[in-house]
Amino acid sequence: MDLRPLIQELNAETLILGHPRVLDRDYTCVFAADLMSDALAMVNSDCKKTLLVTGLQNAQSLRTAEMLDIDTIIYVRGKHPVQEDLKMAAEMEINVFCTSKTMYETCGILFKLGLVSAVNDD
Amino acid sequence: MIEQRYTIGHADYANAGKVSSQIKSFLKQIGLDPTLLRRIAVACYEAEINMIIHSYGGEITLAMDENSLDLNFKDNGPGIPDVEKAMTPGWSTASDKAREFGFGAGMGLPNIKRMADTFEIQSTQSGTHVHIAFKVNE
Repeated sequence: MDLRPLIQELNAETLILGHPRVLDRDYTCVFAADLMSDALAMVNSDCKKTLLVTGLQNAQSLRTAEMLDIDTIIYVRGKHPVQEDLKMAAEMEINVFCTSKTMYETCGILFKLGLVSAVNDD
Repeated sequence: MIEQRYTIGHADYANAGKVSSQIKSFLKQIGLDPTLLRRIAVACYEAEINMIIHSYGGEITLAMDENSLDLNFKDNGPGIPDVEKAMTPGWSTASDKAREFGFGAGMGLPNIKRMADTFEIQSTQSGTHVHIAFKVNE
């Protein structure tokens, strides 16, 4: 599903658009966690189609996305990264959004819209 | 033969992940396969974070030739009391500070081992040495 309607459904604020046309790109998978160790250990989907959903609004969520080749992060619970981290996100060309919804609500909305887990069992 | 050396400071949370980011950028520039690059980046990042969270600081070295890429993570202690336990998924001695940073799930060492083609670890009170290697020409 295109990112634009996903962001609209989440009523999310755009903080950084690393790629100008990212809103028209297709995303199919989600990994949601506040522990980055779990993301590093478990994500095995196509990272170009994967969203990282987290409440961890520090530089390590950006670094984790960078290592995994994930280019889009949605921060939940209204968590805003500091300016320094947003600057780093822009340099990394990572797209950053922020929603006031909780992790539970965010995942529920994305699940309802047809996105699947970024952890494939096979 | 390419060789690079990086210093990791004790509890240097402010710079956590910078070395792995530099290594990833360099390997991307020289055209390494993206899937292999992701495995290397994840393993390197996990090991770098481990050094910052658990050690008194140390050194990361990268060596690469046409067949393999080796990464060595050597720290200055205090060592891992029980390496076998540390290799168990979910077992962690990470501090609250580490958890605030998003780490300490007890997945670090098992994940490093899973990503690498070769994994070796030795630990004494004077330091821990993790060696990982990847085949680069397959």
